[in-house]
Amino acid sequence: MINSTVAEISAALAAGDISSVEITQAYLDRIATLNGELNAFITVCEDSALLQAKAADDARANGNDSPLLGIPLAHKDIFCTKDILTTCGSRMLHNFVSPYNATVVERFIDAGTVLLGKTNMDEFAMGSSNETSFFGDVKNPWNTECVPGGSSGGSAAAVAADLCAMATGTDTGGSIRQPAAFCGVTGIKPSYGRVSRWGMIAFASSLDQAGPITKSAEDAALMLNVMSGLDKKDSTSIDRPAEDFTASLNQPLKGLRIGVPKQHFAEGLSMEVEQAVRDALAEYEKLGAVIKEVDLTNSHLSVSAYYVIAPAEASANLSRFDGVRYGYRCEDPVDLEDMYKRTRSEGFGEEVKRRIMVGTYALSAGFYDAYYRKAQKIRRLIADDFDRAFEEVDVIIGPTSPHTAFKLGSKSDPVSMYLEDIYTIAVNLAGLPAASIPVGIANGLPMGMQIIGKYFDEAKILNVAHQFQQHTDWHKQKATAITAASGES
Amino acid sequence: MEWETVIGLEVHVSLSTKSKLFSGSSTKFGAQPNTQASIFDCALPGTLPVLNEEALRMAVRFGVAIGAEIGKRSVFDRKNYFYPDLPKGYQVTQLDFPTVGKGSLTVTLADGSEKVIGVTRAHIEENAGKSLHEEFSGMSGIDLNRAGEPLLEIVSEPEITCAEEAVAYLKKLHTIIRYLDISDAIMAQGSMRCDVNVSIRPKGTTELGTRAEIKNINSFRFVEKAIHSEVARQQEILEDGGRIIQETRRYNADKDVTTSMRSKEVANDYRYFPEPDLLPVVIDDEYIAAVRAQLPELPNARKARFIEEYSLSNYDAGVLVSSREMAEYFEIVARSSGDSKLAANWVSQDLLGMLNKNNWDITESPIQAERLATLIARIKDNTISGKIAKTVFETMISDKSAVDAIIEAKGLKQVTDSGEIEKLVLEVIENNPIQVQQYKDGKEQVIGFLVGQCMQLSKGKANPAQVNELLREKMQ
Repeated sequence: MINSTVAEISAALAAGDISSVEITQAYLDRIATLNGELNAFITVCEDSALLQAKAADDARANGNDSPLLGIPLAHKDIFCTKDILTTCGSRMLHNFVSPYNATVVERFIDAGTVLLGKTNMDEFAMGSSNETSFFGDVKNPWNTECVPGGSSGGSAAAVAADLCAMATGTDTGGSIRQPAAFCGVTGIKPSYGRVSRWGMIAFASSLDQAGPITKSAEDAALMLNVMSGLDKKDSTSIDRPAEDFTASLNQPLKGLRIGVPKQHFAEGLSMEVEQAVRDALAEYEKLGAVIKEVDLTNSHLSVSAYYVIAPAEASANLSRFDGVRYGYRCEDPVDLEDMYKRTRSEGFGEEVKRRIMVGTYALSAGFYDAYYRKAQKIRRLIADDFDRAFEEVDVIIGPTSPHTAFKLGSKSDPVSMYLEDIYTIAVNLAGLPAASIPVGIANGLPMGMQIIGKYFDEAKILNVAHQFQQHTDWHKQKATAITAASGES
Repeated sequence: MEWETVIGLEVHVSLSTKSKLFSGSSTKFGAQPNTQASIFDCALPGTLPVLNEEALRMAVRFGVAIGAEIGKRSVFDRKNYFYPDLPKGYQVTQLDFPTVGKGSLTVTLADGSEKVIGVTRAHIEENAGKSLHEEFSGMSGIDLNRAGEPLLEIVSEPEITCAEEAVAYLKKLHTIIRYLDISDAIMAQGSMRCDVNVSIRPKGTTELGTRAEIKNINSFRFVEKAIHSEVARQQEILEDGGRIIQETRRYNADKDVTTSMRSKEVANDYRYFPEPDLLPVVIDDEYIAAVRAQLPELPNARKARFIEEYSLSNYDAGVLVSSREMAEYFEIVARSSGDSKLAANWVSQDLLGMLNKNNWDITESPIQAERLATLIARIKDNTISGKIAKTVFETMISDKSAVDAIIEAKGLKQVTDSGEIEKLVLEVIENNPIQVQQYKDGKEQVIGFLVGQCMQLSKGKANPAQVNELLREKMQ
């Protein structure tokens, strides 16, 4: 059952075929077997998970039938969880036990889910390979010599390897979609403002969004139903009427207008990924969709603009990690300045420090106009490109990443790592929703396709993703290497 | 060479909201350290700000009161610097789009003339916590109760030309803020603080000289003294051919000098940028109109009304409206006693003198407005003379009994019984034959001496007008 979708487990729980305690124990056993190799979890909450599972079973006995009741999940370690270690993948917070729950965490508690543990991630969500974590690399379950992608690499690997039924991730420039693509799972970054950021440790406030990582589009819809909605504790959260994202999953795609950005099929895209996405587009045409080329003129500027705006915001967001109130503090500081310098030099990893430096520089007197202000203008231009494109099409489809998962340690140059997110970053700059779903396997590694929607059009994206998954089975392909290693069938 | 002084003031006012600017923590004064610090105030990871609408409303209220442009779209920014009592590592403030734009204050100077002083802007920002360096044996303690409390920073144009004008501006600002009820504005407690920018230049020139900023002055008197001392320092340097360094200075009241706090050699770069956790605040004309409709009567309008309604002099009216509490006190006394002129004199002289002598605020006055009104009413109905009233007033400070009871108990009631007054008059005529003869010889002014004798004999209780009349009658 652990390799089933949330929808299937939910049905089995409702039918009494299995209890939450049983399925929870099965996942805990799987974690015990595989986490040593995958390193997907930083913290496993064995005891509390079983208690929550028991409580869910009792609630069901008392007539509670909410769809996610008793479903075991994992949270990316960027979400604050009360009384549970919350590290954000950093030495800086290696000892931080949060006194409060993130809104996302709170909503999953209210929905009756079972928290299995906290997943590994790039430090402060800064990375595209999960190699920047203080808690070590996460391995890709399809090939343990490869990265799982990042920054939500632990969540994507955990879902792919059936260490949990579903997981949360966060996406600032592609951190849900790229690992989803690399691990062969489904992930969606919602519209900016759709999901509360309260309790989600900030990387770049104007770009960060939390979203689901699952085994199907339908599961993503179920998770999004729980995660979304206004939260008065987050001033950027948007007041929209509650939506049931499962409602329109089965709408036929006849007449759907799909935009294909020529800039996403240009130099740098690997042949096998291009072929997989083109095959998927052909599948959509069979379902009645119309394909149209669209022009995202300024998309070549997105990585540059992002690497000004995101580090600028991060440089301020990470100032609170100063050794004064919580988290890491250096040994025996001689004075205040020494404490600041050594705490932050020792507490942060290389990539985080690099981005703090870049962001600090971009905001400095005399450089602000040339970098930060210019980047904000580019951001506007990129959003305008999408607005124009969406006048003619309903969704935009292209590759999530230019290639499949790369080898651990193979990208030592930061800029080549930054270019990993070349197709995903513009979406964050524009605040739009976008999903990644599996569309093929090349050399034993999965490939992802990105579906971008209009602002607040998650339901359409999930409909488009779900219909594809009804007619193909790429999302059902399993990470065979790790499954074989564990002896499971 | 003759010099002229250019002064600009930055005043920080603590807005008296119940909760902090971006969190629900209480702002109550005097709580145990760190008991009013929420997870947001401690800058725990993942926490986010939510704007306190009341702070915004207070800022708009101030803006409307000084006739300022109101920012229809104000934007919060992060000002980045590291300090242990600044938990987030940045202060949220407003840089390019403040809530309050250009406005002005009209101040009255000692010679009675008026001057309009421009207000450049007023922006909302959060306060820092407190670092406590004593009592931790070499370590520092941090109290975050104050962290995140709302401040309004009011920046004047550099249009103030001397210490006297600076103080007049501050007092006017203080009065308006108190009228608006947006802050206690108590300088001694830090709910109103002042930074003074001072520069001097040769008289008649237009280019501004290099300025020094004197930080955190906490009384009107020190503002005045600090400016005098700083101007003298700068003059001496320039006249000796030296250069003024742009720097932050501190006023040392004991030595009456300003001293350098830190040079701006290592200039802080605050790397301001728009706060991404907060959306721009958009307000419309309707909102501004609603705030305007709720404005109380402001000092200038009240002064004009006092002159008109109570026939007060410009000066008396000015004194009485200088604080909202005093103006309200006066109005009660004037209405209840039925004599606005006497009420004005008693409030602005006797009462104010007594309060100043004891260093009391009018809200702490031991004599409530209704009691003072009764006292004045007793002068008007001839129960006591004005002179006796001063004695009763002195008694009232410590004796909380009713005014009539005090008059009765002390036997201070004025003697108006003509038989008794006749006795006094006859006794005085008999004891002062020389003066009586002088009067009879036409020396009119002697009557004053004789009335005085009668009053003394009656211990001040006789009605002086009656005494005067009867004396003349008996000496004819």
